[in-house]
Amino acid sequence: MQLDLRLPMGLMFSAFGALLTIFGLVSDEALYQRSLGINVNLWWGLVLLAFGLAMLALARKGRTRA
Amino acid sequence: MDQIQLGAVDYAILIVYFAFVLGIGWVLRRHVKSSEDFFLSGRSIPTWIAGLAFLSANLGAQEVIGMAASGAKYGIMTSHFYWVGAIPAMVFVGVFMMPFYYGSKARSVPEYLRLRFDEKTRGFNAITFALMTIFSSGISMYALAKLLELILGWDFNASIVVSAVIVLVYIFLGGLTSAIYNEVLQFFLIVLGFLPLVLLGLKDVGGWSGLVQKLHPVATSAGYAEGAWTDSWKHLGSAGANPMGVEWFGMMMGLGFVLSFGYWCTDFLVVQRAMAAENMGAARRTPVLAAIPKALFPALVIVPGMIAIALHHQTGGFLPMNADGTPNYNLAMPALLIHYLPTGLLGLGLTALMASFMSGMAGNVTAFNTVWTYDIYQSYIKPGQSDRHYLRMGHAATVFGIVASVAAAYATTRFNNIMDMLQLVFAFVNAPLFATFLLGMFWRRATGHGAFYGLLLGTLAAAAHHGLTLPAGGVPGIKGAFLGAALHTYPSEMAQNFWTAILAWTTCFLGTIVISLLTTCRKTDAELVGLVHSLTPKPAEGHLAWYERPATLGVAVLGLTIVLNLIFW
Repeated sequence: MQLDLRLPMGLMFSAFGALLTIFGLVSDEALYQRSLGINVNLWWGLVLLAFGLAMLALARKGRTRA
Repeated sequence: MDQIQLGAVDYAILIVYFAFVLGIGWVLRRHVKSSEDFFLSGRSIPTWIAGLAFLSANLGAQEVIGMAASGAKYGIMTSHFYWVGAIPAMVFVGVFMMPFYYGSKARSVPEYLRLRFDEKTRGFNAITFALMTIFSSGISMYALAKLLELILGWDFNASIVVSAVIVLVYIFLGGLTSAIYNEVLQFFLIVLGFLPLVLLGLKDVGGWSGLVQKLHPVATSAGYAEGAWTDSWKHLGSAGANPMGVEWFGMMMGLGFVLSFGYWCTDFLVVQRAMAAENMGAARRTPVLAAIPKALFPALVIVPGMIAIALHHQTGGFLPMNADGTPNYNLAMPALLIHYLPTGLLGLGLTALMASFMSGMAGNVTAFNTVWTYDIYQSYIKPGQSDRHYLRMGHAATVFGIVASVAAAYATTRFNNIMDMLQLVFAFVNAPLFATFLLGMFWRRATGHGAFYGLLLGTLAAAAHHGLTLPAGGVPGIKGAFLGAALHTYPSEMAQNFWTAILAWTTCFLGTIVISLLTTCRKTDAELVGLVHSLTPKPAEGHLAWYERPATLGVAVLGLTIVLNLIFW
């Protein structure tokens, strides 16, 4: 196994999550009229951040075990 | 369709994605030391990665854009491509066929044909497959550039160059491993990029029950029973009772058996991912495990199309219209992305869309460079060279594959009808192929002459059937009846395609049997060990836990598929 894929995957989705969460926090509410009034950037950003961090935790656990 | 402007956060997401894709190729370049590393990942890929790559290699434009378009045009019946077509075929290839592909140590599907039959059968398959992958990759590139031009106003040429260079760099650096790793990345990106779209769309139309209610008038206004867009089996009694224009036998035999098994069991593009797995058990589990997310994919790609047509019927103009006054179904997914996703999440959705096109391109290019190097160059042009020589040829073939794909993309812009014709010819070649493999693996008496001439007969039967029939409303030409007057008119193009495939497969199957019985089998039993079922020891499974056994997993996946069929009956 040349590269634990969970590491780049965790980093990438954490970056996406952080970008969307921050943008969701600072953006204007009017932006979310098209998404039924839901601040989807904030909520989905948190989902992506959680997914990314979970992947990083799995990669770290795998490296410790190895 | 109005063009949209992306925000800085959208571009940031796109740039982060491209950086990771190229970074993976860069990190993996150090591990490519032999041709087996480059073309087969050194046969070291774990099951979960191989499984998701097996699924993702098929997640090109056809899947994401095409299935959403079919969801809008035909409703939930589109799920037959999954629950009748793909899933049983994926279980079959994992449980019954991978022992021969993997166990024979063949490096490609055409090479299996050489080992089992003879050189001419391999040559026929290798050359048609290599050409087909280039055209498929080019058409994918063209579709991506056209889409980006339409919805973002991006320059067509720039989109072609950027997508081609990115795919070229990461495959050139890391070979098949890089393609597989990026396909897994793309799989998660596609799921997480489109899921919010489905959730918002369903919330907007009042959940699944609200969607069903909104699709009733869509069906009745088209002259069908009100459940025609929301029932998958109830209206298959006759071809005229459903929007697909097919009846249950054509569906089960044409799509469920011939076309689906022909694609999932013999197409090297997907089989290559399983052949890269780390051992026989992993190779057999790869397609079976891939079938689990595949069974749930209709929620991600078909339901959006159904939401789009419901909104179109409700508002009278959600989808852009074609010149002939029909909705442009191909824009169902992009229209939903623009309708529901604000700046930020829109960047993620568009990145997912680009990822799907690029994974389709990369899958085709990696399959092409392997078949070109092993099955054409090493076999017919320069045999007996060093491994390093073939590794260099693999790199050169990758560059050539991308350049040829770009040329095919531009050819599509100028000679659209020729590209349609080429795709039709490839369909004729592919339809009978599964019969050849089925007989090769499960009938020891099948001979090389039987396989080769059976394939030719099947291909000719497909061309003849298409040339003497027409779909309703079709004009003679590429749609059929190019050999003279139409002897039969089918209710739809899909019905015509399904029956063309059935006839091609049956002709190939019977032709191969008859010719094999009339010719001498030149392979000894010793040569056929590992290639034919009756002469090959069963793979050892005693050391595997019950849940790791491919047959157990296969039964579970088929059970899930039956449940899904019953829920949406």
